[in-house]
Amino acid sequence: MGATGLTGRLAAMVNLDHPAHYIHAGWFQISTANLVVILLMIVVFVLALFVPFPGRRFQ
Amino acid sequence: MSVQTDKVQWSARVRESAEKNLPPSQLLPDEQPVYVHSWIYVFGALSIAAFGVVLASGLWLSLEGPTWWHTSSVGLFVNSLHLWSAELFFFFMVIHLWGKFWMAAWRGNRSMTWVTGSVAFLASIGTAFTGYLSQQNFASQWIASQGKDGLNAAGVGAFFNVLNFGQMLMWHIVLFPLVVGALIVMHVLLVRKHGVVPPYPAEGQDEFDTGPEAVVDVQRRTGGEGGAS
Repeated sequence: MGATGLTGRLAAMVNLDHPAHYIHAGWFQISTANLVVILLMIVVFVLALFVPFPGRRFQ
Repeated sequence: MSVQTDKVQWSARVRESAEKNLPPSQLLPDEQPVYVHSWIYVFGALSIAAFGVVLASGLWLSLEGPTWWHTSSVGLFVNSLHLWSAELFFFFMVIHLWGKFWMAAWRGNRSMTWVTGSVAFLASIGTAFTGYLSQQNFASQWIASQGKDGLNAAGVGAFFNVLNFGQMLMWHIVLFPLVVGALIVMHVLLVRKHGVVPPYPAEGQDEFDTGPEAVVDVQRRTGGEGGAS
């Protein structure tokens, strides 16, 4: 598969060529993309707290 | 020339201050306290790594220009690299901020470390905003025309005119990178000076207890009784 084909398939997975999707509840409105990023940050933050760090402890 | 005369010179005062506050062993340490053994302490360094990619890709973009980054395949790649490294910079920086906020990292005379980090974060938002204004496409025009109303309402439109492309480009590629870069350097030097903030002590304790594992490691290294500091 050439670079163009691979790029095309990757681009087809997430089509960005349209207006953004928004989640709207009363006064609160956020784009789905921003919400996904915020949720991802929370997930990574929690993982960083609880996933053991490799290697031995040192002082 | 006497020692007293040397201290009058600013160069001597700067040197003595640097030697006192940032000795080489503290500036480039090869050991860290035991509590740093956690993923949450990695995100400051990850932010700096992402910032390095932002700077490198930004320099490349500035060498080639907008026609290149909009039309050639390499230009589009470097343009995307610049965008995604900036996204990761904020991603890592926000997790770093959350971690430091919940451990109250301003404790132990570290207030300026917290302040320089916070101001660097705010300056980074300005850098990202002017970056969106410098794309040279319809998105940047849309963002500029939308942003001007808010900035004019805030009373800063005369100083920060988002419709002035030349001003926004210069702010993005010169002023803001210098400010953010200088703040990051100050931030890191303050971390080196004061050390990484320890976690909160357990209830009933005055200081954070580094625990038995740290004692074991010190005993192994020194061969003596050892102890956690």
